[in-house]
Amino acid sequence: MALIELKCHLGVGPKVSGTALVTDDNFSARYDLDRIKGIFSRPQHKLAGESYVDRILVVNTAKGGVASAWMLHEMASRGMAPRAILFNTVNPILAQGAALANMAMCDRFADGDVTRLIMSGDEVEVDPANGIVRVTR
Amino acid sequence: MRLSSEETAMLNGEMGEPRRWAMQHMVQVGRFFDAEDCVKVSQAHMMADTESLGEAGVELIEGLARHGEADRRVRIPMITDPRGIDFKHYRTLKQTDAMAELERRAVTAFEALGILMTDTCINYQTIMPPVRGEHLAYGDTGVVIYCNSVLGAHSNFEGGPSALAAGLTGRTPRYGLHLAGNRRATRRYRVEFQPQSLSDWGAVGGIVGKRTGSYWDVPVIEGITAQPTSDDLKHMGAAMASFGSVPLFHLVGITPEAPTLEAVCDPKTLAAEPVTGRDLADFFGNYGGKGEKVDVVVFSAPQLSIVEMRQLADLLDGHKVHKGTTLLAVTSPVVAADATRFGITRRIEEAGGLVLQGMCFYQSYAREMAIANGWKRLLTNSVKLVNIIGGYGYQPSLASMQDCVRSAIAGEIV
Repeated sequence: MALIELKCHLGVGPKVSGTALVTDDNFSARYDLDRIKGIFSRPQHKLAGESYVDRILVVNTAKGGVASAWMLHEMASRGMAPRAILFNTVNPILAQGAALANMAMCDRFADGDVTRLIMSGDEVEVDPANGIVRVTR
Repeated sequence: MRLSSEETAMLNGEMGEPRRWAMQHMVQVGRFFDAEDCVKVSQAHMMADTESLGEAGVELIEGLARHGEADRRVRIPMITDPRGIDFKHYRTLKQTDAMAELERRAVTAFEALGILMTDTCINYQTIMPPVRGEHLAYGDTGVVIYCNSVLGAHSNFEGGPSALAAGLTGRTPRYGLHLAGNRRATRRYRVEFQPQSLSDWGAVGGIVGKRTGSYWDVPVIEGITAQPTSDDLKHMGAAMASFGSVPLFHLVGITPEAPTLEAVCDPKTLAAEPVTGRDLADFFGNYGGKGEKVDVVVFSAPQLSIVEMRQLADLLDGHKVHKGTTLLAVTSPVVAADATRFGITRRIEEAGGLVLQGMCFYQSYAREMAIANGWKRLLTNSVKLVNIIGGYGYQPSLASMQDCVRSAIAGEIV
């Protein structure tokens, strides 16, 4: 098993671990999810049909509206949220939502495109306070 | 982050628990985006629909509302985005009493905080338009992009919790579009056709937004010689923000920060990307459905101005919406009052349409409405709405307002 350590900008939320779910697509809680079932629901999304619950979700960037800020909090309150979301670059809304929901979130990776550095199924530890993500595969 | 003595007092809880919560939230977000300090803001605008808030969000607001009046009241004028329920019509839409009850609880709690329930995403057309250089904490991406771009105000996208924090503190972290250096153009587009309708303007926004695709990039658009109206730029901005999470654009010769191309970029180093008539046709081609039965025709996202409401009434006069199709026109409480006064609401409803106020279609439990009403094929002239609504289980189609009305009358997409 190989251990890879990735550096990123300091994030928000607690230190968490979990299994990665990765796409080079973008993310909006409003546009892309069936939040009741905990799956990606927009047919055109590359993760359509996949469950994001308790996963370390790795996506390119945030898109769309302001609703995701409330929605991450609502999803977390029901235990139907990702454990962490990692972006190449995030927008303010998702960062604000993670702060409210106490969800781990990081972006701006020093080593390149995070959607290529991490693969679905990797075991990932996210340490937002120190800006470090450890990947085991 | 550097904090003033007053901000430090808020963070330490010396000005009450709601302001401590708000300041702590702002410091977390500010550090994430390397904000050096806070900037004072003059207005806040917050997303307030209960589909987004959920039970957990409503409980959070109710918790803040239980504090004493001196601790809980917002410090600056604060208004709301569309909610999810029109209390007069929710049963017609087959929304549930439980949804309405959650919405009533939210309204009661927001009002206890001193928030004005304007329930609108067209506040820049109807409430108090910002002025150039004004720092704001606005929610609703369409509101933010319009106020930044068309009015020259300064706001980031502020989600509900951050807008609320700004209302309680009168500040927001100084990052993103509060910094002049982040307002220069980084992408340049040359439009090779002239938009003819609101949906064409929306499509330009959708194309540019999709290509730009980043909150941190700023597009400048040249080549448009047609004089846009406020409604045109409303649709263009809302679509651009929706497709690309873009919070600011410049339209050369039109928007205040771009009297010339050179004012916002160095044209020698920033090459123009063409947006062609073929791009426009392809964009509309993404949303088919011609000849298919249409279940619901929606005019919403953004809410309609009084001018759009009258255009819709003019198109419907002397016709009846097909019995198998529902036609919804969604607007703000302010516009709805005017529309009633001017006889516009009566004309739309005599044709079989339904005028809704204070909500927006996609913020109104759209998935549950689809299931309860058997709606699948949705037709709209809103580029923003077709981008959003697929995730709620609809098959979206896009057409001009004229063709939307013709389709509603025919019961199928013409």
